[in-house]
Amino acid sequence: MSAPILEVENLRKYFPVRNLWKRRVGWLRALDDVSFAVQPGEILGIVGESGCGKSTLGKTLMGIHTATQGRILFQDQDIAPLKPHQSRKFRQHLQYCYQDPGASLDPRWTIRASLHEPLIVHTELGEAEREARVREILAAVGLPETHLDLYPHEISGGQQRRVGLARILTLKPSVVILDEPTSGLDVSVQATILKLFLSLQQQFGLTYLFVSHDLSVVRLICDRVAVMYLGRIVEIGETAQVFATPRHPYTQSLLAAIPKIGGARVTDTFSLEGEPPSPTNLPSGCRFRTRCPKAQPLCAEQDPALRADWPKQQAACHFAE
Amino acid sequence: MESDLIAVRDLRVAFASDAGLAKVLDGVSCSIRPGEIRGLVGESGCGKTTLARAILGILPPNSARIQGGQVLFGGRDLLTVPEAALAREVRGREIAYIPQDPSTAFNPVFTIGTQIADLMHWKSPLLRDPSFRGNARARREADLARVVEWLRLVQLPNPEALLRKYPHEVSGGQRQRLMIAMALLPEPKLVIADEPTTALDVTVQAQILKLLKGLARDRNVAVLFTTHDLGAAYEICDRITVMYAGQEVEEAPVAEFFNRPSHPYTRKLLDSLPSAETGLRGIPGEIPRLIDPPPGCRFNPRCERATEICQQRPPAELAGPGHSVRCHHRLTEFAA
Repeated sequence: MSAPILEVENLRKYFPVRNLWKRRVGWLRALDDVSFAVQPGEILGIVGESGCGKSTLGKTLMGIHTATQGRILFQDQDIAPLKPHQSRKFRQHLQYCYQDPGASLDPRWTIRASLHEPLIVHTELGEAEREARVREILAAVGLPETHLDLYPHEISGGQQRRVGLARILTLKPSVVILDEPTSGLDVSVQATILKLFLSLQQQFGLTYLFVSHDLSVVRLICDRVAVMYLGRIVEIGETAQVFATPRHPYTQSLLAAIPKIGGARVTDTFSLEGEPPSPTNLPSGCRFRTRCPKAQPLCAEQDPALRADWPKQQAACHFAE
Repeated sequence: MESDLIAVRDLRVAFASDAGLAKVLDGVSCSIRPGEIRGLVGESGCGKTTLARAILGILPPNSARIQGGQVLFGGRDLLTVPEAALAREVRGREIAYIPQDPSTAFNPVFTIGTQIADLMHWKSPLLRDPSFRGNARARREADLARVVEWLRLVQLPNPEALLRKYPHEVSGGQRQRLMIAMALLPEPKLVIADEPTTALDVTVQAQILKLLKGLARDRNVAVLFTTHDLGAAYEICDRITVMYAGQEVEEAPVAEFFNRPSHPYTRKLLDSLPSAETGLRGIPGEIPRLIDPPPGCRFNPRCERATEICQQRPPAELAGPGHSVRCHHRLTEFAA
């Protein structure tokens, strides 16, 4: 295995909870001791339900939120404590792609202006060099050069999405964080967008952090997957392993909830009750114990750490087998 | 048919836009039997929400034009019933609605209890009970007992405390449970659930589908379940109708539907679900513009099986009660 391209160690992001008089009355632990490493060229899926901290993770890596504690190692440098102007030269190689990248285009700018902007901000390139780079990227995302002089409202939603992606790629990033890139898309369109992601990854040697709640998509395109629950990674491993033999009871419930056409109906078999507790008021010990079918007294006392007891797979559970 | 709870016949709805009239529903026919859970599956823009809204009579009045057809329910054509009578007798009472996004369906400045009380004031089934006539207080108390019972039925913890909360204080899954309870409290015969689980996480979706299916079965309530998720449709539906570009293209009982999908569009829709066997397969092309749809079969520009006849003549409409397909070159043969 080569050296990881991005490494996260004990990352914490706590948001203060304040009362009416702005006094802090507690913490919302959105990320609590999250650690993982990403290898160059891999697609790491980050899955979990709303409120599990997967978007906070992406945003903290990007510096949109400052980390409360912990280290983010990128290009041999801890970028977590850096001030925005210090980290700018690192962050241009680390890009963030919103749910709908097309929606972040300025409606009053031509596509050309939008694509030139990141290069003007981050590089010293002259106009001709910038134009060459822009044309190269535009071809890569499958758009004709004639689109450069159009405005966002003159092209379709799918094309806007492609321009948004092109804009992220102009800076030649090495790691791209994709935040829910397929939610809100019809299945017939989703496949086209996913194929585009995969071909761009090949072409530019990208590494993806694929944040999603859609497990069937993650299963198809991710090399490894991390399952999050209430600010913790509860299971991480190779996608095939995790989907074939999920070890953590939460992962098992999550996989059992996906409807399988032709199989047993989830409405007949699904048994997980309740909803996640509030992240401002976490249970003691294991966070999943309030809903866990395997919970024992030990779970209330001790918070389980990730155990690497299985090949290519780790789970944070006292009783996982 | 006599036994149908609701029958939509040849419904045509168009929306006025600057570019012309978009025919969003083009001759849709569909009937639902009492107690049946019917899936209405299709992608964005296929007209499934418009059909649901047309049945409820809540199409946007400024842009929607009903150009023809009937919605037969309880011996009347709902399209000809005056709005006041529709609001008083049908909507929310006989036909209830569960919205896609439960967070925007509540009024944020009133408590949940106030909003349910308002619903019961107008739509309580006890209003029809002669023993409560002239005794509003007794009716309100009986209503409250029913509300609490229903909140327990949809598995909401601590119902009395919940009634004093505001909508933002409960989770998305709980809001959708409340919506289901509020839809079923007036004892409707038909519930229209418009993508009720799209905004929810997969474990909550499983819980909500289980709940909806159980309650509809126990009370013999018919459900029109619109979704773009074939997996969710497989979970709870008895019959499935697939729509494409304003027309129904295939209809079949659920087992038959998934065993022998027969319209090329249905087939491609099933194949584009991400799975290990099929990999990533989309459907090339885009859905047609409804202002000037392609002549003949509307799917012909994207269809591999299309021949000359597909461009010239639209295929015959769905025939009915068994497995029927609107296509010149359907994929399987079967007894009609």
